[in-house]
Amino acid sequence: MIERTVTIVNRKGLHTRPAASLVKTAAKFQSELTIRKDNLEINGKSIIGVMTLAAEQGSTLVLQFDGPDEEEACRAMEDLFRRGFDEE
Amino acid sequence: MDTVKAPAQETILKGVAAAPGISIGPAYLYSKLIPHVVEKSITPDEVEGEITRLRNANARSEKELQKIHAFAEQKLGSQNARIFEAQIMMLADTILMGAIEKRIGKELKNAEFIVADEISKYKQVMLAAHDEYMRERARDVDDVMNRIIRNIQDQKLFSRLEGASIIVSESLAPSDTVIFSRNQVLGYATDLGGVTSHAAILARSLKIPAVVGLRSATKGIQTGDPIAIDGYAGLIIIHPSEETLQTLERKKERYREFEGRLVNIAGLSAETVDHKQIELSANIEFAAEIEFARTQGSAGIGLFRTESQLIGRASYPTEEEQYTAYREVADGVYPNSVIFRTFDVGGDKISPDTEHEANPFLGWRGIRVLLDRPALFLDQLRGILRASTRKNVRIMFPMVSTVQEIRRARELVATAKKELDARGLPYDPDIKVGIMIEVPSAAVLAEEMAAEADFLSIGTNDLIQYLLAVDRDNAAVAPLYQQFNPAVLRTIRHIIDAGHKKGVWVGMCGEMAGNPLATVLLVGLGIDELSVLPSVLPEIKKIILSIRYKEAKRVADKVLGMSTDQEIRDHLASIIKNKVPEIPIDE
Repeated sequence: MIERTVTIVNRKGLHTRPAASLVKTAAKFQSELTIRKDNLEINGKSIIGVMTLAAEQGSTLVLQFDGPDEEEACRAMEDLFRRGFDEE
Repeated sequence: MDTVKAPAQETILKGVAAAPGISIGPAYLYSKLIPHVVEKSITPDEVEGEITRLRNANARSEKELQKIHAFAEQKLGSQNARIFEAQIMMLADTILMGAIEKRIGKELKNAEFIVADEISKYKQVMLAAHDEYMRERARDVDDVMNRIIRNIQDQKLFSRLEGASIIVSESLAPSDTVIFSRNQVLGYATDLGGVTSHAAILARSLKIPAVVGLRSATKGIQTGDPIAIDGYAGLIIIHPSEETLQTLERKKERYREFEGRLVNIAGLSAETVDHKQIELSANIEFAAEIEFARTQGSAGIGLFRTESQLIGRASYPTEEEQYTAYREVADGVYPNSVIFRTFDVGGDKISPDTEHEANPFLGWRGIRVLLDRPALFLDQLRGILRASTRKNVRIMFPMVSTVQEIRRARELVATAKKELDARGLPYDPDIKVGIMIEVPSAAVLAEEMAAEADFLSIGTNDLIQYLLAVDRDNAAVAPLYQQFNPAVLRTIRHIIDAGHKKGVWVGMCGEMAGNPLATVLLVGLGIDELSVLPSVLPEIKKIILSIRYKEAKRVADKVLGMSTDQEIRDHLASIIKNKVPEIPIDE
């Protein structure tokens, strides 16, 4: 299991489109992805779950990867966050 | 006790005229249908049936949403249609649906109860965020939940709307657009909204009278109240008096006569008084639109947007799927012709591949994508070719910017033909292959382009945006997006002349083709074909039927000598007012 803390860098935060890219990226891997923010914990492969995070720019999330390809999944996800979900 | 009810007092509400037309009928007070959910216990034997009901409801909900999404995209633009994508994604959320199915089996409760309970949890979290964006998402979640529940309970969306009615509501959300696709809607009256609201745009495109911004219509009107809607004056009349009704009927008759005259010309071919023929055809993206295009008097389909085949899909459709779709269109249009534009993905358009680009409008789109993906391109070309056996199909490539691209694309057409030969499948060997001229380089090289193509079709939307360096979706520069900028007009003239020099016909399928202000000018410049939205087709035809080519040429010459967009618009407007006064021109 790998755990990483990431920060939302894109201006509009984790709105619908970034949420969709996040879920799509997570779905490419076998590993489970759990995302924690404050007291909320959701499944990173669920769009409705990710949408409830309401993560604005600057907020931090804890990502937890668990599975056979957790390292690749983690790299891909960190990269996606770093690129600000390719928004703007 | 018997009481003789006094006739109800006529009341007039003043709003904003949003879509023209007059209707008289009973009011239907529309508020969102909230399905009633009852908690029921089920036996373990019933679990499977309950899950089947849930899955069927999801499939139906998705179908509805795809339809609304496609409809919204077509009528409101892809930006506004995006919210439905989010709803479609929620339906496809395997984690959510898996959790619901698991709970049905574990808790032994009916599907709708679990759906409501599970989805509400997410909604509560969103509402707790105290942020406008999240509250809107909560509304989306609510919408999806109600849709699934309604489908589980197998209710029809508007089972309560009996007979033709005038819909009265607070506002119109995009997801309510489905009510517009029904014939029973006589008019639309809303408390909120302006002329640019979704309600207004939709009502206009569907020719349903609408008055918006009435403030208190939902308070003063009850379902069943006789009301009249005057979409010209922006009025709602509750309990209209006999006298009012007569006045309105007369007004309605006057307009119907004018519109009737437009319909009377549906069977005529678009020809000027001095017998210059213009091929007037329609832009569509769904086979279902063919019938409307025909009744509006189109001579065929000048632009079939094949991107409609990609809506709601994760991958490109197969050759076979495409063939079936294109065959339906080609047969539906026969004996007229249809021009299939190959996938114009990228830019602002949907694409099953999510590639990121800093500047998509200058990036990987149109023919560029197709040439880089020959396998995909060949699938589509074979699909189109196989639909061409009745010789009424043409192919058009979007976003061509170099001569090599046409050559390469035509090579692939030849390859596709050879592959079909090898499989023994028939197609039209003489199929015409043309290109869109929408990139300035292609416009400058129009003659060279015409030497390689069987026809040219000017795509004004992109051409203007590229030529003037104006993003028309950017409010800060939108006024600089000028259809009648002299640079645009001279470019159009150059393209038409270049095409004719090489002996190929030149058409136009951008928005400008459907702008009544541009018709005289385009005819005067020698355009051979105009492909327009079906809804504006009769007006454009009326103008063509009312003018002389000789005069139109003089108008074009004069206008091409002018130096500003405003000057040109004013001049063209004065000509329409003079020659075809019944055509309403937005000034």
